[in-house]
Amino acid sequence: MEPHLHALHSAGCDPIEVRTPDQLQEVTHLVLPGGESTTLRHLLDLHHLSTTILERVQNGDLALLGTCAGAILMGRDEGEDPQRWSLIDVSVQRNAYGRQIHSFIAPVQWKSGPGSGESEGIFIRAPRLEQPAPEVEILAVCGHEPVAVRQNRCVACTFHPELTADPRVHRWFLGL
Amino acid sequence: MNDQFSSPMRGIDAEDEFRTKVALAEMLRGGVIMDVTTADEAKIAEQAGAVAVMALERVPSDIRRDGGVARMSPVDKIKEIQQVTTIPVMAKARIGHFVEAEILEALEVDFIDESEVLTPADHAHHIEKSRFRVPFVCGATNLGEALRRIGEGAAMLRTKGEAGTGDVTEAVRHLRLIGTQISELTQAPSEQRMTIARDLGAPYHLVCQVAEEGRLPVPNFAAGGIATPADAALVMRLGAEAVFVGSGIFKSEDPLRTALAIVHATAHFENATELSEASRGLGEAMPGIDATRLPEAERLQNRGW
Repeated sequence: MEPHLHALHSAGCDPIEVRTPDQLQEVTHLVLPGGESTTLRHLLDLHHLSTTILERVQNGDLALLGTCAGAILMGRDEGEDPQRWSLIDVSVQRNAYGRQIHSFIAPVQWKSGPGSGESEGIFIRAPRLEQPAPEVEILAVCGHEPVAVRQNRCVACTFHPELTADPRVHRWFLGL
Repeated sequence: MNDQFSSPMRGIDAEDEFRTKVALAEMLRGGVIMDVTTADEAKIAEQAGAVAVMALERVPSDIRRDGGVARMSPVDKIKEIQQVTTIPVMAKARIGHFVEAEILEALEVDFIDESEVLTPADHAHHIEKSRFRVPFVCGATNLGEALRRIGEGAAMLRTKGEAGTGDVTEAVRHLRLIGTQISELTQAPSEQRMTIARDLGAPYHLVCQVAEEGRLPVPNFAAGGIATPADAALVMRLGAEAVFVGSGIFKSEDPLRTALAIVHATAHFENATELSEASRGLGEAMPGIDATRLPEAERLQNRGW
Protein backbone atom coordinates (compact mmCIF):
# COMPACT_ATOMS: atom_id res chain seq x y z
CA MET A 1 0.00 0.00 0.00
CA GLU A 2 2.73 2.47 0.96
CA PRO A 3 4.40 2.77 -2.45
CA HIS A 4 0.97 3.64 -3.90
CA LEU A 5 0.37 6.28 -1.20
CA HIS A 6 3.75 7.76 -2.05
CA ALA A 7 3.00 7.73 -5.79
CA LEU A 8 -0.40 9.39 -5.22
CA HIS A 9 1.29 12.08 -3.12
CA SER A 10 3.77 12.72 -5.93
CA ALA A 11 0.83 12.91 -8.35
CA GLY A 12 -0.58 15.75 -6.27
CA CYS A 13 -3.30 14.28 -4.06
CA ASP A 14 -3.71 13.56 -0.38
CA PRO A 15 -4.53 9.82 -0.22
CA ILE A 16 -6.05 7.81 2.63
CA GLU A 17 -5.78 4.10 3.35
CA VAL A 18 -9.06 2.26 2.86
CA ARG A 19 -9.63 -0.69 5.18
CA THR A 20 -13.23 -0.13 6.36
CA PRO A 21 -16.57 0.70 4.68
CA ASP A 22 -16.52 4.24 6.16
CA GLN A 23 -13.13 4.97 4.62
CA LEU A 24 -14.35 3.62 1.29
CA GLN A 25 -17.18 6.19 1.24
CA GLU A 26 -14.64 9.01 1.44
CA VAL A 27 -12.85 8.31 -1.84
CA THR A 28 -13.56 8.98 -5.54
CA HIS A 29 -10.55 7.03 -6.85
CA LEU A 30 -9.45 3.70 -5.42
CA VAL A 31 -6.17 1.83 -5.97
CA LEU A 32 -6.17 -1.94 -5.53
CA PRO A 33 -2.55 -2.72 -4.69
CA GLY A 34 -0.35 -5.65 -5.61
CA GLY A 35 0.42 -8.52 -3.30
CA GLU A 36 -1.50 -11.75 -3.48
CA SER A 37 -4.97 -11.66 -5.02
CA THR A 38 -6.20 -14.38 -2.63
CA THR A 39 -5.15 -12.22 0.34
CA LEU A 40 -6.57 -9.05 -1.17
CA ARG A 41 -9.87 -10.75 -1.88
CA HIS A 42 -9.96 -12.12 1.65
CA LEU A 43 -9.43 -8.70 3.23
CA LEU A 44 -12.00 -7.07 0.93
CA ASP A 45 -14.57 -9.69 1.86
CA LEU A 46 -13.91 -9.35 5.58
CA HIS A 47 -15.86 -6.08 5.57
CA HIS A 48 -17.98 -6.68 2.48
CA LEU A 49 -16.01 -3.96 0.70
CA SER A 50 -16.28 -5.85 -2.60
CA THR A 51 -20.03 -5.28 -2.90
CA THR A 52 -19.75 -1.55 -2.27
CA ILE A 53 -16.84 -1.19 -4.67
CA LEU A 54 -18.73 -3.00 -7.43
CA GLU A 55 -21.90 -0.97 -6.89
CA ARG A 56 -20.04 2.31 -6.93
CA VAL A 57 -18.02 1.41 -10.03
CA GLN A 58 -21.16 0.32 -11.87
CA ASN A 59 -22.84 3.62 -10.92
CA GLY A 60 -19.87 5.47 -12.41
CA ASP A 61 -19.15 6.83 -8.95
CA LEU A 62 -15.70 5.30 -8.36
CA ALA A 63 -12.58 5.00 -10.53
CA LEU A 64 -10.34 1.95 -10.00
CA LEU A 65 -6.66 1.34 -10.65
CA GLY A 66 -5.52 -2.24 -10.06
CA THR A 67 -1.87 -3.25 -10.16
CA CYS A 68 -0.84 -6.92 -10.34
CA ALA A 69 -3.13 -8.64 -7.78
CA GLY A 70 -5.58 -5.75 -8.11
CA ALA A 71 -5.64 -6.24 -11.89
CA ILE A 72 -6.43 -9.93 -11.40
CA LEU A 73 -9.58 -9.16 -9.41
CA MET A 74 -10.81 -6.72 -12.07
CA GLY A 75 -10.63 -9.20 -14.95
CA ARG A 76 -13.27 -11.36 -16.59
CA ASP A 77 -14.85 -14.02 -14.38
CA GLU A 78 -13.93 -17.42 -15.80
CA GLY A 79 -14.68 -19.47 -12.71
CA GLU A 80 -11.25 -19.24 -11.07
CA ASP A 81 -10.46 -18.67 -7.44
CA PRO A 82 -10.43 -15.92 -6.25
CA GLN A 83 -13.55 -14.91 -8.13
CA ARG A 84 -13.07 -12.02 -10.59
CA TRP A 85 -15.22 -8.91 -10.82
CA SER A 86 -15.60 -8.72 -14.63
CA LEU A 87 -15.05 -4.96 -14.61
CA ILE A 88 -12.65 -5.21 -17.52
CA ASP A 89 -13.50 -7.72 -20.23
CA VAL A 90 -10.10 -9.39 -20.40
CA SER A 91 -8.85 -12.78 -19.26
CA VAL A 92 -6.17 -12.43 -16.55
CA GLN A 93 -3.86 -15.40 -16.01
CA ARG A 94 -2.27 -15.49 -12.55
CA ASN A 95 1.51 -16.07 -12.21
CA ALA A 96 1.64 -16.39 -15.99
CA TYR A 97 5.39 -15.94 -16.24
CA GLY A 98 6.19 -18.37 -13.40
CA ARG A 99 7.53 -18.07 -9.89
CA GLN A 100 9.68 -15.30 -8.43
CA ILE A 101 12.82 -16.47 -10.25
CA HIS A 102 11.07 -15.34 -13.48
CA SER A 103 10.18 -11.86 -12.20
CA PHE A 104 11.75 -9.20 -14.41
CA ILE A 105 12.13 -5.53 -15.29
CA ALA A 106 11.47 -4.53 -18.91
CA PRO A 107 10.47 -1.39 -20.81
CA VAL A 108 6.76 -0.69 -21.26
CA GLN A 109 5.55 1.26 -24.35
CA TRP A 110 2.56 3.52 -23.76
CA LYS A 111 0.05 3.77 -26.60
CA SER A 112 -2.48 6.04 -24.93
CA GLY A 113 -3.68 7.08 -21.51
CA PRO A 114 -0.83 8.46 -19.39
CA GLY A 115 1.07 9.48 -22.52
CA SER A 116 3.28 8.11 -25.22
CA GLY A 117 6.82 6.86 -24.84
CA GLU A 118 8.44 4.37 -22.56
CA SER A 119 8.48 3.66 -18.86
CA GLU A 120 10.00 1.02 -16.66
CA GLY A 121 7.86 -2.05 -16.02
CA ILE A 122 8.55 -4.01 -12.84
CA PHE A 123 6.87 -7.41 -13.22
CA ILE A 124 6.71 -9.49 -10.01
CA ARG A 125 5.14 -12.96 -10.34
CA ALA A 126 3.06 -11.05 -12.81
CA PRO A 127 -0.26 -11.99 -14.39
CA ARG A 128 -0.85 -11.84 -18.15
CA LEU A 129 -3.75 -10.15 -19.98
CA GLU A 130 -5.28 -12.29 -22.70
CA GLN A 131 -8.14 -11.98 -25.19
CA PRO A 132 -9.25 -8.43 -24.46
CA ALA A 133 -12.75 -7.66 -25.78
CA PRO A 134 -13.00 -4.91 -28.47
CA GLU A 135 -14.25 -2.36 -25.92
CA VAL A 136 -11.08 -2.76 -23.85
CA GLU A 137 -8.53 -0.06 -24.62
CA ILE A 138 -4.89 -1.20 -24.68
CA LEU A 139 -2.91 1.51 -22.89
CA ALA A 140 0.53 -0.07 -22.89
CA VAL A 141 2.42 -3.07 -24.19
CA CYS A 142 5.62 -4.88 -23.27
CA GLY A 143 6.94 -6.47 -26.44
CA HIS A 144 3.69 -7.42 -28.16
CA GLU A 145 1.71 -8.14 -25.02
CA PRO A 146 -0.82 -5.79 -23.46
CA VAL A 147 0.27 -4.93 -19.90
CA ALA A 148 -2.05 -2.00 -19.10
CA VAL A 149 -5.70 -1.80 -20.18
CA ARG A 150 -8.72 0.33 -19.51
CA GLN A 151 -12.48 -0.03 -19.72
CA ASN A 152 -14.58 2.95 -18.63
CA ARG A 153 -13.02 4.23 -15.39
CA CYS A 154 -11.27 0.96 -14.57
CA VAL A 155 -7.54 0.59 -15.25
CA ALA A 156 -5.51 -2.60 -14.83
CA CYS A 157 -1.69 -2.85 -14.93
CA THR A 158 0.13 -6.17 -14.66
CA PHE A 159 3.31 -4.36 -13.54
CA HIS A 160 4.03 -2.00 -10.65
CA PRO A 161 4.18 1.70 -11.61
CA GLU A 162 4.12 2.52 -7.87
CA LEU A 163 7.60 1.04 -7.45
CA THR A 164 9.19 3.53 -9.83
CA ALA A 165 9.74 7.24 -9.25
CA ASP A 166 7.50 8.09 -12.22
CA PRO A 167 4.04 9.31 -11.10
CA ARG A 168 2.50 9.60 -14.61
CA VAL A 169 0.17 6.63 -14.28
CA HIS A 170 -1.20 7.80 -10.94
CA ARG A 171 -1.53 11.42 -12.13
CA TRP A 172 -3.45 10.34 -15.24
CA PHE A 173 -5.65 7.99 -13.17
CA LEU A 174 -6.62 10.84 -10.81
CA GLY A 175 -7.93 12.72 -13.87
CA LEU A 176 -10.34 9.91 -14.82
CA MET B 1 4.32 -17.51 -24.98
CA ASN B 2 5.97 -15.22 -27.54
CA ASP B 3 9.72 -14.72 -28.01
CA GLN B 4 9.91 -11.52 -26.04
CA PHE B 5 8.88 -13.38 -22.91
CA SER B 6 10.40 -16.81 -23.39
CA SER B 7 13.27 -15.73 -21.15
CA PRO B 8 12.34 -12.47 -19.49
CA MET B 9 15.36 -12.46 -17.17
CA ARG B 10 17.78 -12.64 -20.09
CA GLY B 11 20.33 -9.89 -19.83
CA ILE B 12 18.95 -8.52 -16.56
CA ASP B 13 21.68 -6.76 -14.62
CA ALA B 14 22.51 -7.39 -10.97
CA GLU B 15 20.97 -4.14 -9.81
CA ASP B 16 17.64 -4.84 -11.56
CA GLU B 17 17.67 -8.38 -10.25
CA PHE B 18 18.05 -7.10 -6.69
CA ARG B 19 15.16 -4.68 -7.29
CA THR B 20 12.88 -7.53 -8.36
CA LYS B 21 13.83 -9.36 -5.16
CA VAL B 22 13.05 -6.38 -2.92
CA ALA B 23 9.85 -5.75 -4.93
CA LEU B 24 8.49 -9.17 -3.96
CA ALA B 25 9.29 -8.40 -0.31
CA GLU B 26 7.40 -5.10 -0.76
CA MET B 27 4.36 -7.01 -2.03
CA LEU B 28 4.26 -9.05 1.18
CA ARG B 29 4.07 -5.94 3.39
CA GLY B 30 1.07 -5.83 5.69
CA GLY B 31 0.59 -9.58 5.40
CA VAL B 32 1.18 -12.80 7.30
CA ILE B 33 3.61 -15.54 6.26
CA MET B 34 2.70 -18.87 7.83
CA ASP B 35 4.84 -21.92 8.61
CA VAL B 36 3.29 -25.05 7.13
CA THR B 37 4.46 -28.66 7.19
CA THR B 38 1.90 -30.33 4.89
CA ALA B 39 -0.15 -29.59 1.78
CA ASP B 40 -3.31 -29.50 3.91
CA GLU B 41 -1.83 -26.87 6.20
CA ALA B 42 -0.77 -24.85 3.16
CA LYS B 43 -4.36 -24.89 1.89
CA ILE B 44 -5.63 -23.68 5.28
CA ALA B 45 -3.03 -20.89 5.26
CA GLU B 46 -4.05 -19.73 1.78
CA GLN B 47 -7.73 -19.92 2.67
CA ALA B 48 -7.07 -17.77 5.74
CA GLY B 49 -5.45 -15.06 3.60
CA ALA B 50 -1.72 -15.71 4.15
CA VAL B 51 0.50 -13.72 1.72
CA ALA B 52 2.98 -16.60 1.58
CA VAL B 53 3.78 -19.89 3.25
CA MET B 54 7.05 -21.20 4.66
CA ALA B 55 7.45 -24.90 3.89
CA LEU B 56 9.27 -26.80 6.60
CA GLU B 57 9.54 -30.27 8.03
CA ARG B 58 8.65 -29.40 11.63
CA VAL B 59 7.45 -26.15 13.17
CA PRO B 60 9.98 -24.47 15.49
CA SER B 61 8.32 -25.61 18.75
CA ASP B 62 8.66 -29.23 17.61
CA ILE B 63 12.27 -28.67 16.55
CA ARG B 64 12.92 -27.21 20.00
CA ARG B 65 11.22 -30.16 21.72
CA ASP B 66 12.81 -32.91 19.59
CA GLY B 67 16.37 -31.57 19.54
CA GLY B 68 18.83 -33.23 17.14
CA VAL B 69 19.81 -31.70 13.81
CA ALA B 70 17.18 -29.67 11.96
CA ARG B 71 17.73 -29.50 8.17
CA MET B 72 16.13 -28.18 5.00
CA SER B 73 12.64 -29.57 4.42
CA PRO B 74 12.48 -32.73 2.25
CA VAL B 75 12.21 -31.84 -1.44
CA ASP B 76 9.05 -33.88 -1.96
CA LYS B 77 7.31 -32.01 0.81
CA ILE B 78 8.20 -28.64 -0.75
CA LYS B 79 6.95 -29.78 -4.16
CA GLU B 80 3.73 -31.04 -2.63
CA ILE B 81 3.13 -27.66 -1.01
CA GLN B 82 4.02 -25.81 -4.25
CA GLN B 83 1.43 -27.89 -6.08
CA VAL B 84 -1.50 -27.00 -3.85
CA THR B 85 -0.94 -23.25 -3.38
CA THR B 86 -0.82 -20.28 -5.71
CA ILE B 87 0.74 -17.90 -3.16
CA PRO B 88 4.55 -17.64 -2.81
CA VAL B 89 6.25 -20.63 -1.20
CA MET B 90 9.34 -19.99 0.92
CA ALA B 91 11.65 -22.59 2.43
CA LYS B 92 14.48 -22.61 4.96
CA ALA B 93 18.13 -23.45 4.41
CA ARG B 94 20.65 -23.89 7.23
CA ILE B 95 22.92 -20.93 7.94
CA GLY B 96 25.92 -21.22 5.60
CA HIS B 97 24.53 -24.24 3.74
CA PHE B 98 24.78 -22.90 0.22
CA VAL B 99 24.06 -26.30 -1.32
CA GLU B 100 20.69 -26.53 0.40
CA ALA B 101 20.07 -23.05 -1.02
CA GLU B 102 21.04 -24.21 -4.53
CA ILE B 103 18.59 -27.09 -4.23
CA LEU B 104 15.84 -24.70 -3.14
CA GLU B 105 16.68 -22.41 -6.05
CA ALA B 106 16.39 -25.33 -8.47
CA LEU B 107 12.94 -26.03 -6.98
CA GLU B 108 12.07 -22.38 -7.74
CA VAL B 109 10.93 -21.54 -4.23
CA ASP B 110 9.99 -17.86 -4.13
CA PHE B 111 12.14 -16.90 -1.12
CA ILE B 112 14.85 -18.72 0.85
CA ASP B 113 15.05 -18.14 4.59
CA GLU B 114 18.64 -18.65 5.78
CA SER B 115 17.38 -19.54 9.20
CA GLU B 116 18.70 -19.94 12.74
CA VAL B 117 15.73 -22.23 13.41
CA LEU B 118 17.65 -24.95 11.56
CA THR B 119 20.99 -26.22 12.87
CA PRO B 120 23.75 -24.04 11.37
CA ALA B 121 26.00 -25.74 8.81
CA ASP B 122 28.74 -23.11 9.07
CA HIS B 123 29.57 -21.18 12.20
CA ALA B 124 31.83 -18.66 10.45
CA HIS B 125 30.10 -17.86 7.16
CA HIS B 126 26.62 -17.06 5.99
CA ILE B 127 25.53 -17.86 2.43
CA GLU B 128 26.76 -15.47 -0.28
CA LYS B 129 23.21 -14.55 -1.21
CA SER B 130 23.96 -12.11 -4.03
CA ARG B 131 24.98 -14.94 -6.36
CA PHE B 132 21.49 -16.47 -6.24
CA ARG B 133 18.54 -15.44 -8.41
CA VAL B 134 16.08 -16.39 -5.69
CA PRO B 135 15.72 -13.72 -3.00
CA PHE B 136 16.75 -14.41 0.60
CA VAL B 137 15.36 -13.38 3.96
CA CYS B 138 17.57 -13.52 7.05
CA GLY B 139 17.09 -12.99 10.75
CA ALA B 140 18.70 -10.11 12.63
CA THR B 141 18.83 -9.11 16.28
CA ASN B 142 20.45 -5.69 15.79
CA LEU B 143 21.39 -3.16 13.10
CA GLY B 144 24.91 -4.50 12.54
CA GLU B 145 23.64 -8.01 11.89
CA ALA B 146 20.89 -6.63 9.61
CA LEU B 147 23.39 -4.70 7.49
CA ARG B 148 25.81 -7.64 7.29
CA ARG B 149 23.03 -9.78 5.84
CA ILE B 150 22.04 -7.07 3.34
CA GLY B 151 25.73 -6.76 2.44
CA GLU B 152 25.66 -10.48 1.56
CA GLY B 153 22.59 -9.93 -0.62
CA ALA B 154 19.50 -10.46 1.57
CA ALA B 155 16.42 -8.75 0.09
CA MET B 156 14.32 -8.94 3.25
CA LEU B 157 15.05 -9.06 6.96
CA ARG B 158 13.12 -10.36 9.90
CA THR B 159 13.72 -10.26 13.61
CA LYS B 160 15.02 -13.50 14.99
CA GLY B 161 12.88 -13.27 18.08
CA GLU B 162 12.97 -16.61 19.86
CA ALA B 163 11.28 -19.13 17.58
CA GLY B 164 9.06 -21.88 18.94
CA THR B 165 8.47 -20.26 22.33
CA GLY B 166 5.19 -18.41 21.74
CA ASP B 167 6.87 -15.58 23.69
CA VAL B 168 6.97 -12.33 21.70
CA THR B 169 9.43 -10.57 24.00
CA GLU B 170 12.58 -11.24 21.97
CA ALA B 171 10.99 -10.10 18.70
CA VAL B 172 9.98 -6.91 20.51
CA ARG B 173 13.50 -6.43 21.82
CA HIS B 174 15.04 -6.87 18.35
CA LEU B 175 12.58 -4.47 16.70
CA ARG B 176 13.09 -1.82 19.35
CA LEU B 177 16.86 -2.16 19.26
CA ILE B 178 17.06 -1.84 15.46
CA GLY B 179 14.71 1.17 15.60
CA THR B 180 16.83 2.88 18.27
CA GLN B 181 20.07 2.16 16.43
CA ILE B 182 18.67 3.63 13.19
CA SER B 183 17.51 6.78 14.93
CA GLU B 184 20.89 7.20 16.67
CA LEU B 185 22.65 6.74 13.36
CA THR B 186 20.54 9.36 11.58
CA GLN B 187 21.32 11.87 14.34
CA ALA B 188 25.06 11.22 14.48
CA PRO B 189 27.41 13.69 12.72
CA SER B 190 28.50 12.27 9.36
CA GLU B 191 32.16 12.02 10.41
CA GLN B 192 31.15 9.33 12.95
CA ARG B 193 29.78 6.96 10.33
CA MET B 194 33.01 5.00 9.84
CA THR B 195 33.35 4.55 13.60
CA ILE B 196 29.75 3.40 13.79
CA ALA B 197 30.37 0.99 10.89
CA ARG B 198 33.35 -0.42 12.79
CA ASP B 199 31.41 -0.76 16.05
CA LEU B 200 28.41 -2.38 14.35
CA GLY B 201 30.62 -4.59 12.18
CA ALA B 202 28.55 -3.38 9.22
CA PRO B 203 29.47 -2.36 5.65
CA TYR B 204 30.29 1.38 5.56
CA HIS B 205 28.22 2.13 2.43
CA LEU B 206 25.12 0.62 4.02
CA VAL B 207 25.69 2.57 7.25
CA CYS B 208 25.80 5.76 5.13
CA GLN B 209 22.66 4.77 3.24
CA VAL B 210 20.68 4.12 6.44
CA ALA B 211 21.98 7.40 7.95
CA GLU B 212 20.69 9.32 4.95
CA GLU B 213 17.38 7.53 4.39
CA GLY B 214 16.49 6.88 8.05
CA ARG B 215 15.33 3.37 7.27
CA LEU B 216 16.67 -0.04 6.29
CA PRO B 217 17.19 -0.50 2.53
CA VAL B 218 14.96 -3.62 2.51
CA PRO B 219 11.70 -4.44 4.32
CA ASN B 220 12.00 -5.69 7.89
CA PHE B 221 9.40 -8.18 9.11
CA ALA B 222 8.82 -9.64 12.57
CA ALA B 223 9.33 -13.29 13.45
CA GLY B 224 9.96 -15.47 16.47
CA GLY B 225 7.36 -16.02 19.20
CA ILE B 226 4.28 -14.41 17.65
CA ALA B 227 1.31 -16.46 18.91
CA THR B 228 -1.83 -14.28 19.04
CA PRO B 229 -3.56 -11.56 16.98
CA ALA B 230 -2.50 -9.08 19.66
CA ASP B 231 1.15 -10.17 19.29
CA ALA B 232 0.93 -9.62 15.53
CA ALA B 233 -0.52 -6.14 15.99
CA LEU B 234 2.10 -5.29 18.62
CA VAL B 235 5.04 -6.00 16.32
CA MET B 236 3.33 -4.09 13.50
CA ARG B 237 2.90 -1.11 15.83
CA LEU B 238 6.61 -1.32 16.63
CA GLY B 239 7.44 -0.89 12.94
CA ALA B 240 7.52 -4.41 11.52
CA GLU B 241 6.23 -4.38 7.93
CA ALA B 242 4.74 -7.89 7.98
CA VAL B 243 4.62 -10.91 10.28
CA PHE B 244 5.95 -14.45 10.18
CA VAL B 245 3.98 -16.88 12.33
CA GLY B 246 5.52 -20.27 12.98
CA SER B 247 4.19 -22.56 15.66
CA GLY B 248 1.53 -20.01 16.68
CA ILE B 249 -1.01 -21.19 14.12
CA PHE B 250 -0.76 -24.94 13.74
CA LYS B 251 0.01 -25.50 17.44
CA SER B 252 -3.12 -23.59 18.49
CA GLU B 253 -6.42 -25.27 19.32
CA ASP B 254 -8.16 -24.07 16.12
CA PRO B 255 -5.57 -23.35 13.39
CA LEU B 256 -7.93 -21.96 10.71
CA ARG B 257 -9.57 -19.61 13.16
CA THR B 258 -6.23 -18.48 14.60
CA ALA B 259 -4.85 -17.98 11.09
CA LEU B 260 -7.86 -15.87 10.04
CA ALA B 261 -7.62 -13.85 13.24
CA ILE B 262 -3.90 -13.10 12.82
CA VAL B 263 -4.44 -12.00 9.19
CA HIS B 264 -7.31 -9.77 10.33
CA ALA B 265 -5.24 -8.28 13.17
CA THR B 266 -2.19 -7.65 10.98
CA ALA B 267 -4.28 -5.79 8.38
CA HIS B 268 -6.04 -3.69 11.04
CA PHE B 269 -3.18 -3.38 13.51
CA GLU B 270 -3.99 0.22 14.47
CA ASN B 271 -7.70 -0.31 15.07
CA ALA B 272 -8.52 -1.61 18.57
CA THR B 273 -12.15 -2.36 17.69
CA GLU B 274 -11.05 -4.59 14.84
CA LEU B 275 -8.43 -6.21 17.06
CA SER B 276 -10.94 -7.06 19.76
CA GLU B 277 -13.19 -8.51 17.05
CA ALA B 278 -10.28 -10.57 15.67
CA SER B 279 -9.42 -11.85 19.16
CA ARG B 280 -12.86 -13.30 19.96
CA GLY B 281 -13.58 -17.01 20.38
CA LEU B 282 -10.13 -18.26 19.51
CA GLY B 283 -9.69 -21.11 21.98
CA GLU B 284 -6.28 -21.90 23.41
CA ALA B 285 -3.18 -20.30 21.93
CA MET B 286 -0.08 -22.46 21.60
CA PRO B 287 1.52 -23.42 24.92
CA GLY B 288 4.36 -21.00 25.65
CA ILE B 289 7.85 -20.97 27.10
CA ASP B 290 9.29 -17.89 28.85
CA ALA B 291 12.04 -17.00 26.38
CA THR B 292 14.11 -15.05 28.94
CA ARG B 293 14.52 -18.21 31.07
CA LEU B 294 15.96 -20.34 28.28
CA PRO B 295 19.53 -21.55 28.87
CA GLU B 296 22.09 -19.91 26.51
CA ALA B 297 22.57 -23.14 24.54
CA GLU B 298 18.86 -23.29 23.70
CA ARG B 299 18.59 -19.73 22.43
CA LEU B 300 18.18 -20.00 18.65
CA GLN B 301 18.78 -16.27 18.20
CA ASN B 302 22.47 -16.78 19.11
CA ARG B 303 22.99 -18.84 15.97
CA GLY B 304 24.62 -16.86 13.15
CA TRP B 305 26.43 -13.56 13.83
